[in-house]
Amino acid sequence: MATRDPGVLTTEQVVQARGVTRAFDGQVVLDHLDLDIAPGEFVAMIGRSGTGKSTLLRALAGLDPDVGGELAVDATAAVVFQEPRLVPWKRVWNNVALGLRVPDPRAVARTALDEVGLAARADAWPLTLSGGEAQRAALARALVRDPGLLLLDEPFSALDALTRITMHQLVLSLWERHRPAVLLVTHDVDEALALADRVLVLADGQIAHSASIPLDRPRDRDHPDLVALRIRLLTELGVATRDVS
Amino acid sequence: MSISTGSSETRRGSPAEPDAPALPLAGVTGGRPRARGSRGRGWRRSGWLRLISPVVVLALWQILSSTGVVSPQKLPSLTTLWSTAVHLITTDSPTYGTLQHAMLISLERVAIGFVIGGGLAMVLAVVAGLSRFGENAIDPLMQALRTLPLFGLIPVFIVWFGIGESPKITLVALAAAVPLYLNTFAGIRGVDGKLAELGQVLGLSRAEQIRAIILPGALPTILVGLRQSLGTAWLALVVAEQINANAGLGFIINQGEQFLQQNVIFVALIVYLILGLLTDYIVRLIERRALSWRRGILES
Repeated sequence: MATRDPGVLTTEQVVQARGVTRAFDGQVVLDHLDLDIAPGEFVAMIGRSGTGKSTLLRALAGLDPDVGGELAVDATAAVVFQEPRLVPWKRVWNNVALGLRVPDPRAVARTALDEVGLAARADAWPLTLSGGEAQRAALARALVRDPGLLLLDEPFSALDALTRITMHQLVLSLWERHRPAVLLVTHDVDEALALADRVLVLADGQIAHSASIPLDRPRDRDHPDLVALRIRLLTELGVATRDVS
Repeated sequence: MSISTGSSETRRGSPAEPDAPALPLAGVTGGRPRARGSRGRGWRRSGWLRLISPVVVLALWQILSSTGVVSPQKLPSLTTLWSTAVHLITTDSPTYGTLQHAMLISLERVAIGFVIGGGLAMVLAVVAGLSRFGENAIDPLMQALRTLPLFGLIPVFIVWFGIGESPKITLVALAAAVPLYLNTFAGIRGVDGKLAELGQVLGLSRAEQIRAIILPGALPTILVGLRQSLGTAWLALVVAEQINANAGLGFIINQGEQFLQQNVIFVALIVYLILGLLTDYIVRLIERRALSWRRGILES
């Protein structure tokens, strides 16, 4: 069991992972992985399917008691999963307010829903929301806790392309306003390039590659730096690059 | 915590790659309302359509008995039953007492038995559902109880409890407990592990987790158990009241049998039927209210 002590963190860290290891039935998925994330930093993690991206994110979220190594995570971390995971028997605002310990949770939840453009559906049942609406509610539920670290586990992969673009813009504007550190797990290189300060490639249980993107947002996806980085990342991922440039 | 995801996922390299959501409720899994509107209205209309076949059966009954095709000794006509019922209600005969008094006695027995048996079953099911220890301690006994022929216990109960109210109420309590226990236990175990995980991420306490996620998640199944359990409770009462009772609907049936008054037996049976339907209807109302989040699928 990894030690999860936020007390180890310096003021320059919301995540400090040292030698994080996880194996399933002898098959090593995370192999002595090190990772630091700074406050307010937007980090995207890409990797082929099965490389342990989600395993790492679950470990950071405190959902994996069997992970080994040293792991210190900001105590206010919040998670958005790939599926919205709204509790179907609680109205949307009540989902956002779930577990919130503030004097007027309903008002706080409504403000958060307003921020993601979902105030009108505050009293709706979750099963009546569209996929994009549900994921926005999940975002509001994470942000209403004012997290120091926002863990996003492929939150847009189940959405259609147009909704995904809207969600990218929404996440960026929310990030710019609240400035949590973000770890976005994704398999979409373009998503990583559009959003992140730093892109990590996870391979063989370790961070095989790290690239900073010091470009202003919104970014032109045809910017020469991005085009070059895209080719490099896709090569890292073992995808033939002729088809994409 | 016994409800958790992951055992099947761990074999693949990436345990958190999402599987299909494991909501236990039919129709909820899709997450999106498919047939907006149309199904909701069709449902309501079919409510009236459901009345047709019972009415046809009643009409046939009346025709067969009043024309003498079936002898009134075997099947009294509905009009005879009506006057018998009126008579039983208005006269306090030494043989039968009044119908409403018998009904109240029976209702009381079912209510007491159900509250004791159902309450106990809920507590046991929650304890068994929430911990492996509780399951190992409780579940084998309840499974054994389930296979026990309940009515075979009647002679035993008479020896144990005599012939007063206790053997009747015990029988009703046992009959009510078994289906409610089984369904509540299954309902708790069927709660989506992903939601339990969400509760953990949101920092819910154990009590909050149970109140906000586990019990509401199990509620649809618990309500199915409630309906079954009320059904078996009434069933047990009929049997229990035919042994050594001096009041109640079962007593009236017994008396009717002794005095060869088929019409009285039929009236008592019909009252049982109506009370059974009524309790079922009440549970349906509770269901409609408590599960309105699911109705969203049908009506929005």
